[in-house]
Amino acid sequence: MQHYSGFGLVKHALTYHENWQRAWRNPTPKKKYDVIVVGGGGHGLATAYYLAKEHGITNVAVVEKGWLGGGNTARNTTIVRSNYLWDEAAWLYEHAMKLWEGLSQDLNYNVMYSQRGVMNLGHTLQDMRDIHRRVNANRLNGIDGEVLDIKQIQEIVPIMDCSKHTRYPIMGASWQPRGGVARHDAVAWGFARGADALGVDMLQQTEVTGIRKSGNKVLGVETTRGFIAADTVGVVTAGNSGVLAKMAGFQLPIESHPLQALVSEPMKPILDTVVMSNKVHGYVSQSDKGDLVIGAGIDGYNGYGQRGSYSTIEHTLQAIVELFPMFSRVRMNRQWGGIVDTCPDACPIISATPVGGLFFNCGWGTGGFKATPGSGNVFAATLAAGKPHPLAAPFSIDRFISGKLIDEHGAAGVAH
Amino acid sequence: MLHIYCPHCAEYREEEEFRPKGEAHIARPVAPEAASDEEWGTYLFFRKNPRGLHHELWYHAAGCRKFFNATRDTVSYQILETYKVGQKPSVVAGQSSNKGAAK
Ligand SMILES: Cc1cc2nc3c(=O)[nH]c(=O)nc-3n(C[C@H](O)[C@H](O)[C@H](O)COP(=O)(O)OP(=O)(O)OC[C@H]3O[C@@H](n4cnc5c(N)ncnc54)[C@H](O)[C@@H]3O)c2cc1C
Ligand SMILES: [Zn+2]
Repeated sequence: MQHYSGFGLVKHALTYHENWQRAWRNPTPKKKYDVIVVGGGGHGLATAYYLAKEHGITNVAVVEKGWLGGGNTARNTTIVRSNYLWDEAAWLYEHAMKLWEGLSQDLNYNVMYSQRGVMNLGHTLQDMRDIHRRVNANRLNGIDGEVLDIKQIQEIVPIMDCSKHTRYPIMGASWQPRGGVARHDAVAWGFARGADALGVDMLQQTEVTGIRKSGNKVLGVETTRGFIAADTVGVVTAGNSGVLAKMAGFQLPIESHPLQALVSEPMKPILDTVVMSNKVHGYVSQSDKGDLVIGAGIDGYNGYGQRGSYSTIEHTLQAIVELFPMFSRVRMNRQWGGIVDTCPDACPIISATPVGGLFFNCGWGTGGFKATPGSGNVFAATLAAGKPHPLAAPFSIDRFISGKLIDEHGAAGVAH
Repeated sequence: MLHIYCPHCAEYREEEEFRPKGEAHIARPVAPEAASDEEWGTYLFFRKNPRGLHHELWYHAAGCRKFFNATRDTVSYQILETYKVGQKPSVVAGQSSNKGAAK
């Protein structure tokens, strides 16, 4: 693997940047792998990377129906934080946060993780009680968090309307300084390049169309490029997880919904943190390019169409304009949707399945980008050992039978 | 914007008047106190979530405030029929209208 550095940049400038090595190969599928990862989003690629790096399992393929990172990974608004309420969730997301903090170095790829802080606004007394409870819980778990009053909020975000004249006046906020945003594409590409260098095959334009089993044991996957065998298969297909589960013959406690986002025309720097509000339901940050990155909640109906309804966008922008009246004249440039896999308790499923050797990592719903390195890390350990990593164990699919849910709905401030 | 025909109002109305309520025709365990954890869990949480035809509940929230069912394609979002609760869908997966939707 060609090492990236400032010196390399200068060196390649001399040859007009025409001699950069490709970031990963485009191999033909082998007949058999030790592990197949279905889904080349951030989570699948991170899984493959850590399988190779931490467990020495390099005979691995990532099977992706489109192009790497073209699913929710490329469509999300990249908010990263770890201030979840319940221990199980907090530990998992904080595990990811620690990996984020060293990720660019580890991958030798700039994922542009910018710890600009994440603010969750409270607009009612109950919001504020929840915020206090959550921040206290975070601190007990060693996760940074503060409760801000209006004066402190206004110092951090002077352009926000913190007056009493709004429909839902802001009463306070939680604040996680270590939270922030990252460059989504770079995360996918960095993991892909790192995994490829360790020997993992990236099989793009290869759709899994069936799961071959013998009795109750997985044998491999049927794909548009033929059958590929493996004793261990990890499915990481986000919004399409229900489709893959159906191929394997079971159902998941998951429903797929459109989730939309939009970006504005680029502007001069105006907002240097992430502001989220669950109550009026909108969130916004400004990318390094200068565009406002805006999102909100899912479209309520089930959908696989990677688009949603305009009314949802309208509600989002109403909230944003209420918070930031000066944004009312900003023009929006692009709008899109991804398909998110929502779970009843707003927590992921990282789990064995009724089929031996077949594991699922899904249900991240509207908020899995922040978990990308942690999710891949614990899922790789789970695939390597054939049993759950300790941080993944509480996220077994069995919790929907036993009732031991990890209810992060509402508890986690906002769902992203 | 979806244009939805409410079988109670017998009229097409705009999507914003409605709330989707998820999969339809989910039967509650007949003897709740005798149901196993597995039956309860399945009833409460596990869903078909199909890529293609979906029979689902809708609520006419800002209209007659009644529930009804719809058959909708979850890829094109096209609504193929709406019908009252208690009735059976007339469009079901595997019929010709489902072509291409299963992918
Ligand atoms: C608009 C939007 C905003 C969001 N905002 C945030 C946010 O601010 N913060 C946050 O933490 N999270 C956010 N999320 C959620 C986050 O994007 C996801 O949870 C996360 O990216 C999921 O990563 P993944 O790798 O599991 O899925 P994906 O990136 O979707 O990857 C799954 C891959 O599987 C492939 N696949 C599917 N079916 C098959 C098949 N049959 N064969 C082969 N391959 C297949 C797909 O092509 C896809 O590339 C947002 C999501 C959306 C849509
Ligand atoms: Zn009606």
